[in-house]
Amino acid sequence: MIELFKNPNYDFIGKRKWAYILSAVFTLIGLGALAYHGGLRYDLDFTGGTLIQVQFEKPPTVAAIRKSLGTIHLGESVIQEFGDNREYIIRMPLVENVSSDEISRRVQSALAAESSLGKFEIRRVEFVGPQVGRELQLQAVYLVLGGLVWIAIYLAWRFDLRGGVAAVVAVFHDVIVCLGALSLTNREFSLPVLAALLTIIGYSVNDTIVAYDRLRENRGKSVPRGRTFAQQMNDAVNQTLSRTILTSLTTFFSASVLLFFGGKTLEDFAFVLFVGVITGTYSTTYIAAALVVDWTNHVEGRLRRGKKAVAKA
Amino acid sequence: MPRHLRFRIALVVVVVAVSAWYLYPLKSAINLGLDLQGGIHLLLGVQADKHVASQTDRAAEDLKGALERKGIAVKRIARDGDTAIAVELANPQSWNDARTVVAEFSSFERRDEDAAAGRFRLVMQDARVRQLRDDAVRQGLETIRNRIDQFGVSEPIITRQSADKILIQLPGLQDPARAKALIGKTALLEFKLLDERTPVEQALAGQLPETSEVLYGREIDKQTKAERKIPYVAQKRSLLTGAELTRAEVQADPNSMGNWQVAIEFTATGARIFGEVTEQNVGRRLAIILDGTVYSAPRINERIPGGRAVITGQFTVEDARDLAIVLRAGALPAPVVILEERTVGPSLGADSIRQGLIAIAGSSLVVFVFMLVYYRLSGLVADVALGLNLLILFACMAAIRATLTLPGLAGIALTVGMAVDTNILIFERIREEMRVGKTPRAAIEAGFRRALRTIVDTHLTVMGTAVILLSFGTSSVKGFGVSLFIGLGASLFTAYFFTRLLFDLLYMGRRKVESISI
Repeated sequence: MIELFKNPNYDFIGKRKWAYILSAVFTLIGLGALAYHGGLRYDLDFTGGTLIQVQFEKPPTVAAIRKSLGTIHLGESVIQEFGDNREYIIRMPLVENVSSDEISRRVQSALAAESSLGKFEIRRVEFVGPQVGRELQLQAVYLVLGGLVWIAIYLAWRFDLRGGVAAVVAVFHDVIVCLGALSLTNREFSLPVLAALLTIIGYSVNDTIVAYDRLRENRGKSVPRGRTFAQQMNDAVNQTLSRTILTSLTTFFSASVLLFFGGKTLEDFAFVLFVGVITGTYSTTYIAAALVVDWTNHVEGRLRRGKKAVAKA
Repeated sequence: MPRHLRFRIALVVVVVAVSAWYLYPLKSAINLGLDLQGGIHLLLGVQADKHVASQTDRAAEDLKGALERKGIAVKRIARDGDTAIAVELANPQSWNDARTVVAEFSSFERRDEDAAAGRFRLVMQDARVRQLRDDAVRQGLETIRNRIDQFGVSEPIITRQSADKILIQLPGLQDPARAKALIGKTALLEFKLLDERTPVEQALAGQLPETSEVLYGREIDKQTKAERKIPYVAQKRSLLTGAELTRAEVQADPNSMGNWQVAIEFTATGARIFGEVTEQNVGRRLAIILDGTVYSAPRINERIPGGRAVITGQFTVEDARDLAIVLRAGALPAPVVILEERTVGPSLGADSIRQGLIAIAGSSLVVFVFMLVYYRLSGLVADVALGLNLLILFACMAAIRATLTLPGLAGIALTVGMAVDTNILIFERIREEMRVGKTPRAAIEAGFRRALRTIVDTHLTVMGTAVILLSFGTSSVKGFGVSLFIGLGASLFTAYFFTRLLFDLLYMGRRKVESISI
């Protein structure tokens, strides 16, 4: 049989100080990228505006598209190639007092007027008004917070408060890293990205549950005397290691297929899953498990000191 | 023999049969979202306040008439905001008489009374305002449904969303721009006399009587296609509206080749009013106004009995047909604005389906091969379970008439990766139990039992976030939430229950089991 790991016994928990530094660095890079770009780049769904996807019969130049659109005065439009060199996306900001069908009509006639562009087909029009955009922005924040609260409550109920909080810190780290990666690669925060983020919130905590479960199962049996809590946690992580890696691998395969073959529309969504699966696996051990160890050590240390103080008195 | 083997086999057979039944025939079983089949999605905001304001206007008009009939002179009567009417009597002494007239307007309350100056305000009651706002949305919804029915779209979705929004989804539409124009048009048809005593230049400079307003007509030059705006000075009072219409038909315009016109016919009441108006105003110009735009302003040559009129403009046959539809379906009680629009052409939808299916197939293939190579026969068991999972997933979506969207397809591709999680968890556990020296049967038994709790946990956490996604309003995200939720729910059955059954059949028979292919 094929085995990824044969009785693995790596010292994960012992090296947690380094992992903390690494996590801090990743988080800082993420936050730095966000700060550098002035926050997330929100997609049309959140900012409001108009998006028009056009497929031309022969590859056009951006300059020709820009020139034709220059005549209709609808604000600064962004023109991007989308997936293939005949397909373009035109984004326009909200213009007061101009309705969405007015915008698409004007764009259509402007493109038709520019003879060098040739024949084209408008394949998609999306218009999001200012009101809807604002509502969605708020809802998005509620959703992510709702996801985190759900995880915290579930784990606090299934295990204990420490486990719940540590898992949420780990998941929060994953969210920051995903958002940072999004910002670093200059991608936009859209509704599908939000969906991916929530999936990662639910998914990332899976490995953590498996490790915690194992820890509890081991402690339920006769605990080998003399093994510290840190060592017990390390055992649990090692015992579930192959499972963790394997399941992450299959989900990672799925995310990769989506990223590379899912088409342009799903690309950002798949990217977040791609990054999220990796960081989710990492954070299980190095943040969730490690934090529980340090927290427990801290509490036990204080208890011991308390006892000593009582003994002295 | 393992317990309840017959019962468990029967259950699986039933599940497969029911799934197959729901999925047959495949083409019509799955409800494709607009992003996959093409179509138009519109979220309209109803400006219900405008309906309230117009009702207040009407009440002010009625009040003025009622006061005049009682011989009470009014210095000023005007709408104040959306819900109030400010009244100032010419003579404060007529205060008590005015009060008895006002008492008949039961949906208004008197406020800010100043008897000495003869001034008061009438404010519409909150309950009435709420009712009017609700009416505006409900009637708007009905009117739009009517228009779409007449336009002819198969399986449209037209529903009210929250207090003042209307959601419209029209699948598989070829000409979205035309549909949008048809839906969004208020279609308020009005007949107003032109104010020919006020010169247009003077009116444009802002000098015009309080009872008049400037309206514009549009004229399109045939050669240059340039649009020209022509100002008119019209009286504010509308003499007759489209509410009194019974018919609206398209006709060729006899005076201008290639142009079309809409012939309208009034109800009995409308015809009577139209007759009176034309009789009393021979020689004056009567403007035909649609949504604030003057279409024509012919001079009245004689009384027009019978209640027929034509609306001319430079209409193409399609324009005229759509205008006739909106006139027949009636005006929207309040204007609507497009808050959100998503239009997907059919070719893009087809591309999206192809890419989504490629993603699912690719993801399945990779996971399938991986499981087979890594776990051999057990991997094959997991793969069969995965196939069953997809079958149940699609069947559930068909059963609850869920809509499959592009993010939904992505959710399925992802489910494939996550569903085998459960099997990996179990298989790793079985390997572990065998390592500590358990017999194959005992290892299987322990592996399944010990993994169960963890499996339930991992499913509940992701399904919990899927539920949060489901609660989100936007359909694309919802679609993802639906497929993720159902996929994981199904995987509890397939990856645990069904896999266990296959293991029992393979290894729990009477013969002695030496090893497991895992």
